[in-house]
Amino acid sequence: MIVGAGPAGMRAAEQLVAAGQRPVVVDEGARHGGQIYRQPPVVMRRERRDLYGFEAGRASAVLDRFDDLRSQIDYRARTLVWQIEANTLQLLHAGRNHGMHFDALILATGATDRVLPFPGWTLPGVYTLGAAQVALKFQGCLIGPRVVFAGTGPLLYLVAWQYASHGGQVAAVLDTASASAKWLAAPRLLARPAVAMKGAYFVARLRMMGVPLHGGVTLIRAEGADRVTALAWRSGGTSHTTECDAIGFGHGLRSETQLADMARCAFDYDPIDQAWLPTQDSAGRTSVPGVYLAGDGAGILGADAAELSGARAALAALEDLGIAPAEPQGAKRIERALHAHATFRRGLETAFAPPERWAADAPDELIVCRCEEITAGELRACARETGAREMNRLKALTRIGMGRCQGRMCAPAASRLLAHAAGCELHEVGRLRGQAPIKPIPIVMLHDRAPSTIVPEDQDD
Amino acid sequence: MTERATSESLKADVAIIGGGIVGASAALFLRRSGLSVVLLERNLCGAAASGVNYGGVRTQGRAIAQLPLSLRARSLWARLPELIGIDGEYVPSGHLKLARSQADLHKLETYRDAVAEHGLDLQITSGSAFRRAHPWLGEQAIAGSFCAGDGHANPRLVSPAFARAAQAAGARVIEGCDVTELVHTGGAFIVGDGRSVTVRSRWLLNCAGAWALNVARRFGDDAPMTSIHPGMAVTEAVPRFMDLNIGVEGGGIYGRQTARGNCVMGGARGVANGALYGVPTARSIAELCDRMAALFPALAHAHVIRFWSGVEGSLPDHHPVIGPSPTTPQLIHAFGFCGAGFQIGPAVGEALAELVHHGRSSVALDAFSITRFHTASSSSSTQGAH
Repeated sequence: MIVGAGPAGMRAAEQLVAAGQRPVVVDEGARHGGQIYRQPPVVMRRERRDLYGFEAGRASAVLDRFDDLRSQIDYRARTLVWQIEANTLQLLHAGRNHGMHFDALILATGATDRVLPFPGWTLPGVYTLGAAQVALKFQGCLIGPRVVFAGTGPLLYLVAWQYASHGGQVAAVLDTASASAKWLAAPRLLARPAVAMKGAYFVARLRMMGVPLHGGVTLIRAEGADRVTALAWRSGGTSHTTECDAIGFGHGLRSETQLADMARCAFDYDPIDQAWLPTQDSAGRTSVPGVYLAGDGAGILGADAAELSGARAALAALEDLGIAPAEPQGAKRIERALHAHATFRRGLETAFAPPERWAADAPDELIVCRCEEITAGELRACARETGAREMNRLKALTRIGMGRCQGRMCAPAASRLLAHAAGCELHEVGRLRGQAPIKPIPIVMLHDRAPSTIVPEDQDD
Repeated sequence: MTERATSESLKADVAIIGGGIVGASAALFLRRSGLSVVLLERNLCGAAASGVNYGGVRTQGRAIAQLPLSLRARSLWARLPELIGIDGEYVPSGHLKLARSQADLHKLETYRDAVAEHGLDLQITSGSAFRRAHPWLGEQAIAGSFCAGDGHANPRLVSPAFARAAQAAGARVIEGCDVTELVHTGGAFIVGDGRSVTVRSRWLLNCAGAWALNVARRFGDDAPMTSIHPGMAVTEAVPRFMDLNIGVEGGGIYGRQTARGNCVMGGARGVANGALYGVPTARSIAELCDRMAALFPALAHAHVIRFWSGVEGSLPDHHPVIGPSPTTPQLIHAFGFCGAGFQIGPAVGEALAELVHHGRSSVALDAFSITRFHTASSSSSTQGAH
C-alpha cells in the first residue's frame, strides 16, 4: 500500500506495477499529483504549461504515466488514512470507514508550509505560500489582486513568479533570509545547476516586471481591521508599509510525519530540516519492518527527489518481500542521483534559513496556535512558571497542539518558542507524540459493526 | 523539575516512587507535616494515568468500601486552589448516571438505597420529568441518578500541579529518574537510579501506578495486577449543551463538556504502545463514536479531533492496593486504582501521609490491604504489569 499520490507515491506505484504487483494507492486529493503537481478539477480545462511552468514536462511525464497504469493500480482518491494499527490502515472515504491490511506500506505523505507566524497573520487575506499555490493550481484563482509574498524558501520566489505571470499584481517579495546567505549557499546549490538557474530566472523575471524584492526583512505586522490591507516590515533599521489585499507567507516546508509516528517508526532530529523525522536508510526503510518512506514526508528534498525516493522505496519493499524488480540495477542508480539532491538541499537551507531571531522577537500577544488561540506569551509564561521544557508537557499545560490541526501548523513555532524560553537547543524540547486521528474525523461514520467488550462503569475517572 | 547534579546522595524521612496524583499529593501532605521528602519520577510528574485520564471527579458508583476515602477527597477537591495553586478547571457540576432500561434503573435505585447511610445523597428522576430536565440527552436514556457533590476537572493540569505544589512546599522532586536501585537495609531504604541519584530514607512509598509491582516484588510483595488502557476521545469545540459529568449504568461510555466546548468522552479500550503508553484500538473507537452519537444528539455532526489512552493498573476486585507492606516495615503501597483513582488520589495521598506521620490514617483502609490477595490460589499466579 502507498499513502500519497504525489510524485513519490506515483513513482512508487510505477515500480510495483513493473514488478507485477497491484498496489493500493490512497490519497486525500480528488486527483493524483500531490501538492506540487496538483491538478484542477476534471471539469476545468487548463494547459499544463500554464499550471506547472518549467515543470510542465516533468509533471506530464509522471501524471500521464500514472494515468496509463490506472487499470493496474487500486487507486483510492478522496480517502483519508486516519490511523495505523497492526498492519491495518483505517480509511475514511465518503463518510464510510474501513480497515485495510497491508504487507508493505510506503508513506509518501508530503509536506505543508513551515509557519513562523507574525502579528496579524490570523486576519482574513493572509495565506500560506502553499495555500496561495493551491488556489492558483486547483481553483484557478488568486488569493487577491494585489499580493505581498513574504517569508523565505524557494517557494517564495516560485509562487511570486507564478502569480505575476498569471496577471496578479505582486506588491513585494519580502525574504526574511539575507542576500549574503544565498552567496554562502552558492557552491552547494550548484550541485543541481539547472534548478539553481531556474531560481535565478524567477528573481530576474520578477525584477524585470518591476516587483520590489527585499532580503534580510523582518515582518512586523499584517494591518487591517476586518481583513488585511497592508504589511508592515523592517529592513536595515528602516520601517516600511506595503499596501496589499492579500499576503502569502511561509518559511520553507515541514514534513507530514504523523502516519510514520502512528506506525511506531523511530524518529531522529534532523539539523537540516530543524525537525524530528522518521529514521530511514538510503533505501527508505524505517525502523519498522515493512514500513518505508518516500518524498518530502521523510524530509524536504523536493519533487524531483521525491520521484526518485518513491521508486527507491518501492524497490526496497519488493526486495524485502522477495519479489524481483523490473530493473535489477535501478536501486544503485537512484541512490547516486539522490545524493546530489541532498547536497543541493543543504545549500537551500543555508540560502533560505528560517529567521534565527524569530522566537526572541515574537511579541507576547502573538497567536501561535490558531485552533486554541494560544499566544507566545502564554507559552513563555508556562515555561517560566512550571519549568516545562518538553513539547508534550507544554501541550498538556497550555493546549498548544491540542486543536483541530493537532500541532501540524503550530508545532514548529511552539517548539522554537519553548527552546528559546527554556534556554536550550531546539532538539532538546522533543516533539509532539502523534495521536489518531491525524485529521478530524466525523463522529458519525458508517463502518462494519463488530461488538467487543463493554468498559465497566466503575472505571470512569 | 529540579536540576540534577551528577551522582547526588540525598537523605530524607520519606522517599516516594511515582509522581502521579497519589505520590505527589502524599509528598505535599508529608511536607505539611514537616517531614522531608524526595519524590522520584521516571518520566514527568502527572504525565501517565494521572494526567491523561478522563477527568471524572466522582463518588457516585463507587463501592461502599471506597466511600469514606472518596468523601474525604471531595472536601480536598473543594479547596483545590489552596492546595495546588490552580483551579484545575474543576467544576462541581454534579454527576448524572443514566439508565437505558428499567433493569438499569432498578440497579440505580438499589445503589442509592445502599449508599444513603454512608453519606451519599442521590436523587433519581425518570419519565417526563427526567426528559424535561435533560432534553439534550438521546432517547435511550430513560432515567438518571444525580449526585450533586461530584463534578469533573482537567487531569493534565491538576496532576502536574500537585507535584509543583509539593516542590513549592519543600519536597525534592526529581523527574527523569528511573529507579533501579532498591534495597532495605539496617532500618533504611536505599533508592536510586544507579547513576546520578541515591536516596536514603526511613520510609518508602510505592506509588508507581501500573508499574508498582516492579517495586513491590523487590520486597517480596505481590498482587494480581494487570495493565489496562482506557480509551478516550475529544471532539472539536461545540456550543455548550451540558456541564454535568455523565456516566451510564452498564458502562460503555462516559462524557463531559469543557468550558471551551470540547466534549471529552471515555469508554473505548486500547492496547499497549511500548512500555509507557497506550493507544486505543480502531474498533473500540468506532464503537465509542456510535455511542456518543446515540447518547448526545448534539454531537451528530461534530468531529473527533483526538483519541488517546494511557496505562493503568487494574486488580481483579476493582479496588486499589493501599497500605503497609506485610513483609517490609515502613514500606507503604498505593497503586492499582483500576481506572478510578483521579478523584480519590488526593485523599489517598493524605492518608499515606497520616500513615507515616501518625501510624494510622483517619480513613479506614483495611479493604485495600495487599494481603487480601494472599490466598493459596492467587498469590503465585499473578501477571505482571509492563
